[in-house]
Amino acid sequence: MALYLTEKHIKYKNGKDDCVSPFFIYQNNNKRTKVFCSLKISNKNWCFDKKRVKSSDKESGLKNKKIKLVKLQIESIIDSYKLKNEPLTPETLKAEFEITKILDSDIKNIKTRSLLNSKIPIGPLANKWKSHKGNINLVSPSNKRNIDIIVVGTGLAGASASATLAELGYNVKAFCFQDSPRRAHSIAAQGGINASKNYQGDGDSDYRLFYDTIKGGDYRSREANVYRLAEVSGNIIDQCVAQGVPFARDYGGLLDNRSFGGVQVSRTFYAKGQTGQQLLLGAYSAMNRQIARGKIEMFSRHEMMDVVKIDGKARGIIARNHVSGKLERFSAHAVVIASGGYGNIFYLSTNAMGSNVTASWKIHRKGAYFANPCFTQIHPTCIPVSGDYQSKLTLMSESLRNDGRIWVPKDKTDAKLVREGKLSPLDIKEEDRDYYLERRYPAFGNLVPRDIASRAAKERCDNGYGVNKTGEAVYLDFSHSIYRYGKEKALLNGQDENDNNIVNMLGKKVIKQKYGNLFQMYEKIVDEDPYVMPMKIYPAVHYTMGGVWVDYNLMTTIPGCFAIGEANFSDHGSNRLGASALMQGLADGYFVLPYTIGDYLSDDISTGKIKTDSKEFDESEKSVQELLDKLISNQGKHSVDYYHKKLGKIMWNKCGMSRNQNDLVDAINEIKKLRKDFYKNVNVTGKIEEYNEQLAKAVRVADFLELGELFAKDALERNESCGGHFREEYQTKDGEAIRDDKNYKFVSAWEYVGEPSQAKLHKEDLKYEEIEVKTRSYK
Amino acid sequence: MKLNLKIWRQKDNESKGNFEKYLIDDITPEMSFLEMLDILNEKLINENIDPISFDHDCREGICGSCSLFINGRAHGPDKGITTCQLHMRKFKDGDSIIIEPFRAKSFPIIKDLVVDRSAFDRIQHTGGYISINTSGNTQDANTIPIRKEDADNAFDAATCIGCGACVATCKNASAMLYVSAKVSQFSYLPQGKVEAKERVLNMVKQMDEEGFGNCTNTGACEVECPKGISIKNIARMNREFYKAKI
Repeated sequence: MALYLTEKHIKYKNGKDDCVSPFFIYQNNNKRTKVFCSLKISNKNWCFDKKRVKSSDKESGLKNKKIKLVKLQIESIIDSYKLKNEPLTPETLKAEFEITKILDSDIKNIKTRSLLNSKIPIGPLANKWKSHKGNINLVSPSNKRNIDIIVVGTGLAGASASATLAELGYNVKAFCFQDSPRRAHSIAAQGGINASKNYQGDGDSDYRLFYDTIKGGDYRSREANVYRLAEVSGNIIDQCVAQGVPFARDYGGLLDNRSFGGVQVSRTFYAKGQTGQQLLLGAYSAMNRQIARGKIEMFSRHEMMDVVKIDGKARGIIARNHVSGKLERFSAHAVVIASGGYGNIFYLSTNAMGSNVTASWKIHRKGAYFANPCFTQIHPTCIPVSGDYQSKLTLMSESLRNDGRIWVPKDKTDAKLVREGKLSPLDIKEEDRDYYLERRYPAFGNLVPRDIASRAAKERCDNGYGVNKTGEAVYLDFSHSIYRYGKEKALLNGQDENDNNIVNMLGKKVIKQKYGNLFQMYEKIVDEDPYVMPMKIYPAVHYTMGGVWVDYNLMTTIPGCFAIGEANFSDHGSNRLGASALMQGLADGYFVLPYTIGDYLSDDISTGKIKTDSKEFDESEKSVQELLDKLISNQGKHSVDYYHKKLGKIMWNKCGMSRNQNDLVDAINEIKKLRKDFYKNVNVTGKIEEYNEQLAKAVRVADFLELGELFAKDALERNESCGGHFREEYQTKDGEAIRDDKNYKFVSAWEYVGEPSQAKLHKEDLKYEEIEVKTRSYK
Repeated sequence: MKLNLKIWRQKDNESKGNFEKYLIDDITPEMSFLEMLDILNEKLINENIDPISFDHDCREGICGSCSLFINGRAHGPDKGITTCQLHMRKFKDGDSIIIEPFRAKSFPIIKDLVVDRSAFDRIQHTGGYISINTSGNTQDANTIPIRKEDADNAFDAATCIGCGACVATCKNASAMLYVSAKVSQFSYLPQGKVEAKERVLNMVKQMDEEGFGNCTNTGACEVECPKGISIKNIARMNREFYKAKI
């Protein structure tokens, strides 16, 4: 039951006292009544005046019980403010309480400002998670056996959540569209995973990890969630080592670390360039153990097509079996979306070919708010695009910036000669090279955060310093590190440290040890030896910080529907730091969701099995069937890829690394047109009830075509530059971002109302209790 | 360049398959092999012919989805890579390329070049894990030091991507390299020792039940493995197996 404080009811005088009258809405048999309570304030002292409901009121007993509950809640807020010795104003009280949207027209006259309640526990930041865990509702082990949970997606977040939920005793149904849960795209994460273990003794702590993440995210993430993330990061490493994940170790047998962008400590744990693979296989093994015990039922080659809501709660999904092509119904007491990000909206990205937004978008259409869709991460070090046929881009891990130096020629004519193939980078002298990151950001150098490194590369290339045929590439050069490591090794081995051949050979060996698989990948794609020639790299779409809006419990605005991992929005603000995606996926899956979900499920212990033959399932399945029928019988003239590529071009050119008002308005119109054309002219071959990759793709692209519009709308409405969102209108003379904390320190959560660009905006104000909001500087 | 393609087409598991010939033009050396197939599929769609189905996802050689047998070799003519990392510069103008699915009794064909490798998952269910719960209070990760060499060996075994090239290549369709990679990984680590015996016995039993063949030490699996998983792992698994049997 929500409490409302309206403008009208905020303050009035009663004699000498200032009074406030919050009210809540009581609903029974579709009848709603407002019940008022009153609060007295004098300076800092608040007291709650409990107003009894008249005994003549039929439901006086229940209403009074509600008032008592409200009283308790308000008193706990009053107490916490007293403890902190902070003044409690009606406005802050209002913010502490949920003020939800009022659905029915009969109470239209009540003007409430919609504010999202993130349900952040009160109390000091460092104690929030601990005390929340202590106060949360639990489900007893015997009751867990009667509760089903659906988990969509088996990447780090989905696999770890499935495994832990099953360990706890819930019955899990896990879904992935790939042929095995181990194929989820978390597997491709290269560089590492952060944890505030401080094994290197370089002054790391939970607070520092928290601080770096908030700052890296350009002050657009939710403080309490990020602190929790930092707090459980150490546990993740313990858990993974216990599972047999072979992290890199030093000669003493202890875990090794390296450094990533945007931080000044070494806190990244890694397994060569395959950290994601090793962590995912760890989570996959934990899943396998539960599959063997019968606690997880695994549905591979199944794609979620819709969520089913019963009485407003998420109670199941409709999935399409990719092998038979048939639609199937699955019920559960809660649905967890762990389907990853939507970077593939750009067509070309470092995501896997199948990565898509469909699961997130389907729940959005059914009532889950979508937050900050325009916050996209463009990763600075990817292999540049080589032609129109290209299907995807390949990332070169950020860890390479530990040992690689980024540069372009100082002289435009040199750059031109390089582009024409008339000059080799090896022939450009040291003094003729512009190490532009080291020049512009001396404190962090090559290890500035990703958004900054990407924009700097774009700036150089736009100004004519690019070094490949298309002029869209910069160098990532390892020669200095090869030399440095080689010398060190030669000294250690007692070899001649002045012999360049020996030094070179030894240095290459060290680099190979550290990044061998990445160098091999590069060589296979580009056909050039990166041990000799500097790598050519360019930014590419990599990760989406935006996603489904969730509260502190990771629940979306649909009761019983949760979103974890990259699919949600909460932890990375407008820019994610390297090696934090793995951390967040596993934190959500192993250590957060399995506990917070109990808070919701404690009401469901006597619900019993949810039937799939209800009218809600019928309707949901029917709507999916209609979409599939429409797509397959269209007989248009263009393939699905044709539309996906077109959408990608619009997104990259107009909503990419830098954005402006005109382009964004154009993008909205162009996407609208493209979507219309898609439904008119798309050609999907084959039948529904068979293995049909084209049909699966068509459904995904249809959703991207809606999301694109919302994405552009979100970027258009956010009139500031922050993190990965760079608006050309808001920059300093030397091209740095200008953030607007006064007007935009909030999360944009969009409610679906039909046309994506008409979506309704809900704001979650971001409050920073423990951190001073500053202009981000890496200089 | 111009290429003559001979590709295995099969409507579904029950139907009989056959090779179909396709001619393709304007392929450049920088394209990846799968991008070449994308272009062919785009052409087929525009002619209203059912495009060729093949498994693929990450297209950077790590997810293990892609699985083509190209000119008689798993993942094609290049070394140490998966099909998605194969580039057309490995072929010449006018070449004929034969593309088949990974063939093994335990990998039934779903459609065209897509096969069902769920037998691999089922083997993992029987022991490919360490029985540890997510409690949040396991001991600190640095409590047990592990020799760097052991950690590195465990890692090398753990890099298996589960693509099935070893099975497709083996004349006996044996899954020994795949199973041994997991057994080996855990055998190098102290955490894996506790359940070593049950693990190897159960995984080998399931491997046999799935219908994979035996190892006759031909070594083809090691040659074709895109991740260079060493055949030494098989020896190690055999040792673990005998140890468990005694």
